[in-house]
Amino acid sequence: MSQTMNLWALSGIAVMIAGFALRFNPLLVVAAAAGATGLAAGLDPVAIISAFGKAFNDTRYVSVVWIVLPVIALLERHGLQERARVLIEGMKGATFARLLTGYLLLRQLTAALGLTSIAGHAQTVRPLVAPMAEAAADPHDEATREEVRALAAATDNVGLFFGEDVFIAIGSILLMKGFMAQQGIELAPFELSVWAIPTALFAFAIHAFRLWRFERRRLRR
Amino acid sequence: MIGLAQVYLVAGLCFAAFALLSARDAGNPRRWINAAFWGLLALSMLAGDRLGDFGNGLLVLALVGLAALGLGKGSGGSSAEERGEGAARHGNRLFLLALVIPLAALAGTLGFKHLPALVDPKQVTLVSLSLGVLLALAIGMVWLRPRALAPLEDGRRLMDAVGWAAILPQMLASLGAVFALAGVGEVVGGLMSGVIPEGSLLAAVIAYGLGMALFTMVMGNAFAAFPVMTAAIGLPLLIHQYHGDPAIVAAIGMLAGFCGTLMTPMAANFNVVPAALLDLKDRNAVVKAQVGTALPLLAINIALIWFLAFR
Repeated sequence: MSQTMNLWALSGIAVMIAGFALRFNPLLVVAAAAGATGLAAGLDPVAIISAFGKAFNDTRYVSVVWIVLPVIALLERHGLQERARVLIEGMKGATFARLLTGYLLLRQLTAALGLTSIAGHAQTVRPLVAPMAEAAADPHDEATREEVRALAAATDNVGLFFGEDVFIAIGSILLMKGFMAQQGIELAPFELSVWAIPTALFAFAIHAFRLWRFERRRLRR
Repeated sequence: MIGLAQVYLVAGLCFAAFALLSARDAGNPRRWINAAFWGLLALSMLAGDRLGDFGNGLLVLALVGLAALGLGKGSGGSSAEERGEGAARHGNRLFLLALVIPLAALAGTLGFKHLPALVDPKQVTLVSLSLGVLLALAIGMVWLRPRALAPLEDGRRLMDAVGWAAILPQMLASLGAVFALAGVGEVVGGLMSGVIPEGSLLAAVIAYGLGMALFTMVMGNAFAAFPVMTAAIGLPLLIHQYHGDPAIVAAIGMLAGFCGTLMTPMAANFNVVPAALLDLKDRNAVVKAQVGTALPLLAINIALIWFLAFR
């Protein structure tokens, strides 16, 4: 009996996959998934709405980042993106791959020092990195232009994810330490963070290679 | 002490301004839906702690309903000539202003740790970010002398371009809490541990690495996958049965999960929001750009656990 009850808890995951596949509005899909999972777990609708409301209120900090938009908007009105293009076009050696590889290295190194929020999609990618990458790439059609901008965002993510775990006081390291301690295994944060270094090196090598190959195959005619 | 309350006040006022400016955005045929959406978000930031759990839940349902009706694209903005002229006039000093927010975040993160009486030590990053925004706005207003409402007007237009995707990350984080309440993780972990052939270390290592990536893709977050997969496979098999080094199993297992984060629209703040911010037509363009890095890196992580943890 308890086994069948348990498997119904997965109905939320099924709703998520079906909802995304059928291209419903993602907010609607998430709400429906929460409802399905809650009902399967035997919660009544009021309890589900309350649980979701409490979690939403507790995670408001996630949406605070949007306060940077007025500053970005002010800078863009006065020509920041255009200036970024002019700067890159004036640099002779600034190719697309060199520019994004440099940003990747910078992002990994600063994240490894714990400075994860000094850059990001709203703070640096939209106003600076994407227009610079586009200017350096000089894409010849719209599809390539989209790929260049998507790669600028991807480079920020790769740099952040495979840099931050080298820092000892980041959330994921503390989560691992806390979880393992509950299981009776004491680990020092440094033991964990040092083993993030091999993957960090491979991440840099693979992504830099892909940037170089993209430039060779798609940007030079 | 400055902490989350003050940060939420700044954010609430910012969303309230977006709501009011949406209401008078005559070029947007759905302006009332936009105004209500940003207005409810402002209410959540300003008064969320006084609404009660059920009240907050109803607020979320209203946000979802408005998003399903469809937000409109805001109008307004500057012309290409205006921006080109600005770029020529202000030159590279624009970059200095662009660096105020990152530099304030850097200085605050390092400096406020020594002032625990002034700033809540747990919230230094968010407090520094907010102060950086206010500082950059103040400098920008004095130096560039735009119309008083111009930053908020243009900010509202950028916010409309992001649209409902702005709260998708917060919604997914909340869904994770409901999943945890219903015990979804334990069920998935149980299913995963049932499919590994007995006595094969390699199969266990592959199941752990792939399981971390796959479950992260479903949940959108490696933090949710780590306790589940480690309890189901990492601890009983890799660490206890095969005597793997727990630090290596945990650290590289988490990074295998991060490879999953690169490949899922569920990690909305990393993969969906930038697509909206960069005006990309394909909502999944960033995920597609990352798969080529994530898949080989996942294979390498699995190989690293296999070679390093069992010497």
